[in-house]
Amino acid sequence: MNEPADIDQAQTADALPPARRERGWDAVWRELKKAPWTAKLGLVLILGYVFVAVFAPVLTPYGESEIVGRQFEPWGGQFLLGTDNLGRDMVTRLIYGARNTIGIAFLTTCLAFLIGGVGGILAAVLGRWMDQLLSRVVDILMAIPQLIFALLLLTIFGTSIPVLIIIIAVLDSTRVFRLARAVGANVAVMDFVEAARVRGEGIGWITIREVLPNIMAPLSAEFGLRFCFVFLTIAALSFLGLGIQPPTADWGSMVRDNATLITYGDITPLLPAAAIAMLTIAVNFVVDWFLHKTSGLRDEY
Amino acid sequence: MRPIFTIVAQRLALGLLVLFAVSLIIFLGVELLPGDLAEEILGQAATPETVAAMRKELGLDLPPYIRYFEWLGGMVQGDFGTSLASQREISELIGVRLGNTLFLAGLAAAIAVPVAVTLGVLAALYRNSLYDRAVNIFTLTSISFPEFFIAYILILFLSVNAGWFPSLSNVTVETPLWERIYRCMLPALTLTLVVTAHMMRMTRASIINLLSSPYIEMANLKGLKRSHIIVRHALPNAWAPIVNVIVINLAYLIVGVVVVEVVFVYPGLGQLIVDSVQKRDLPVVQACSLIFAATYILLNLTADILSIVTNPRLLHPR
Repeated sequence: MNEPADIDQAQTADALPPARRERGWDAVWRELKKAPWTAKLGLVLILGYVFVAVFAPVLTPYGESEIVGRQFEPWGGQFLLGTDNLGRDMVTRLIYGARNTIGIAFLTTCLAFLIGGVGGILAAVLGRWMDQLLSRVVDILMAIPQLIFALLLLTIFGTSIPVLIIIIAVLDSTRVFRLARAVGANVAVMDFVEAARVRGEGIGWITIREVLPNIMAPLSAEFGLRFCFVFLTIAALSFLGLGIQPPTADWGSMVRDNATLITYGDITPLLPAAAIAMLTIAVNFVVDWFLHKTSGLRDEY
Repeated sequence: MRPIFTIVAQRLALGLLVLFAVSLIIFLGVELLPGDLAEEILGQAATPETVAAMRKELGLDLPPYIRYFEWLGGMVQGDFGTSLASQREISELIGVRLGNTLFLAGLAAAIAVPVAVTLGVLAALYRNSLYDRAVNIFTLTSISFPEFFIAYILILFLSVNAGWFPSLSNVTVETPLWERIYRCMLPALTLTLVVTAHMMRMTRASIINLLSSPYIEMANLKGLKRSHIIVRHALPNAWAPIVNVIVINLAYLIVGVVVVEVVFVYPGLGQLIVDSVQKRDLPVVQACSLIFAATYILLNLTADILSIVTNPRLLHPR
C-alpha cells in the first residue's frame, strides 16, 4: 500500500483539484514537466537506483561474495573499481549493495508505516483510553535515543536481518504514529466520518475507507523522509558492524571494511557512502517538492 | 509568578517519571532474553548445576523486582556492576570515557552554535537571495549525508591531503588541553556539520516567522536598516525557539557521537557501547544505554523548561 507509485497518484490528485482527479500518465507527465530541476534530478536518480537494485544479477560481472582477485587491487583493467579487502570485485559489491541496502530499508519503512499508521489512525478514531494508552507508550519509547535503543535491542536479540528489520521498524513506527494520529485526529472529527459511524460502519472501514485516503498526502511525504532516516540508521548500524552481516554486500559495512584505504588517499571506500548520500538527497529533493505542492508542512522539518 | 513554578514542577515530575519508565524498559529488556544471563555466559555446554551456581553468583535467583531496585540503586550511587567480558568494574570503564564524550560534544557545540545562529540570521536577512538558496541546498544535503561519510571526507581532505589534523583522536587522561582540542578537531568538525544544518534552518524559520508581525512592519516604516531590524528587533523575540532547537541538537550530539567516535577511534562512551554490543556484554550495554538515555531526557527536559520560562505566551495557555 505504500508503493512509491502512490506518491505520484496522490500528487496528481492533489495537484488538480478543479479537474476532479484527472488520473493517468498524461497528468503525471504534465506535473513532472513543471517540477523544479532538483525534483526531476531526484526522480531520475531514484529510478536509476531502483533499476540497478532490480537488475543486480544481470549488471554484475561476478557473484555477490565471489573472491576474484588479490586484496585491494587498483582501479581499471579487469576490475573497474578495484577489489575490496577480501579480493571481491568492488563494482559487483556496490551493485548488490544497492539491492540489499535499499531493499531492507524499504521493507523496514513499509513495516514501520503499517504499525505506526494503523496505530495512529486507531488512536485518532477510537480516542479516549486507546489514544491515551498508545500515546503514552510512544512517548516513553521516543524518550530513549533511537540509535542507543536499537543497540540495546540488538544486544538482546542478536544481529540478524529479520531482527534488524523488526527493531528498526518498531522504533521508527513511533514517529509515524505521531504524524498519523495528528493528521488523523483532524479528519476523524469531520461530518463524513460521523456519518459513517452513524450508519454503523465498523472500525476497519472507517480507518481504511474514510480516514486513510484523506491523510494520504502527508503520509506519503513522511514515507519519503522516514525512508531516509531508516536508510541512514541501517547504514550506520552496518557501518558499526551491527547491522547487515557479511558476506551480504551492503554499503555501510563496505565503508567499514575498506576504510583503511582512505589513509592512503584512495577514495574507493567513499563510493558506497556517496551512494547512500546521493539516494537520500534524491529522496529529500522529491519530498521537498512534494511538500511544497501539497501543503505548508514544510517548516516543520 | 506562581503558574510558572507549577508548570516547571510538573515538567520535572514528568521527566523523572519518564526516566523511571526508561530504566524499567532497559532492565526488563534483558529479561526478554531467551534463557537468562547465566546461560548466555556459560554457553550451550554448561550443565544445569553450573548454570544454577552462576545464577546464584549473579543474584539471578532473586525475583525480578528486587533485582531491579538493587540495579537502579547501584546505578544512582555510581555502582554499575561488573563487565561480563573483562570482569572489571563498569564504573571504572565508564568514568574517563564519559568525560571524553562530554568534552567532544561540548567542543562540537562550542563551534556549531555560534556558526549556526550567525548563518541562520544571515539567511533570514538575505532571504530568497542566492546565498539563502545555497544555504537551503547545503542544509538539505548535509542532513542526507551519513555521519561516517562526512567524517571520512574530512579525513581525506584535512588529514590525508592537507595534513592539518590527525585522523585518529587518541587522547588519554594526561593529554594537555590544547593538544586534546587539536586531536579532537576532526570529530568535532564532523559533528558540527551534522547538527549545524538543523539549527540554522530553525533560526532562519523563527526569524522569518516574526518578520510578518506588525511591530516589524512599523520598524520598517520608520526606515530602519534591515540588518538593524533583524538583529535588534526580531532576534530577541526569536531566542526562545532558537534556544530550544540548540538544546535539542545538543541532545542529538550526545547520541551522534557514537558513529563519529568509532570512525576516529576516540576513547568515549560511544566506542564502549559499540564494542560491548559486539561482545554481547549486557551489563555494560545497559549501563551505557541508561547514561545516554538519561542525558538525552535531561537535555530535552531542559529545552522544554527553557521554552516555558522564556516564552510568556506559554505561561497562560488558552
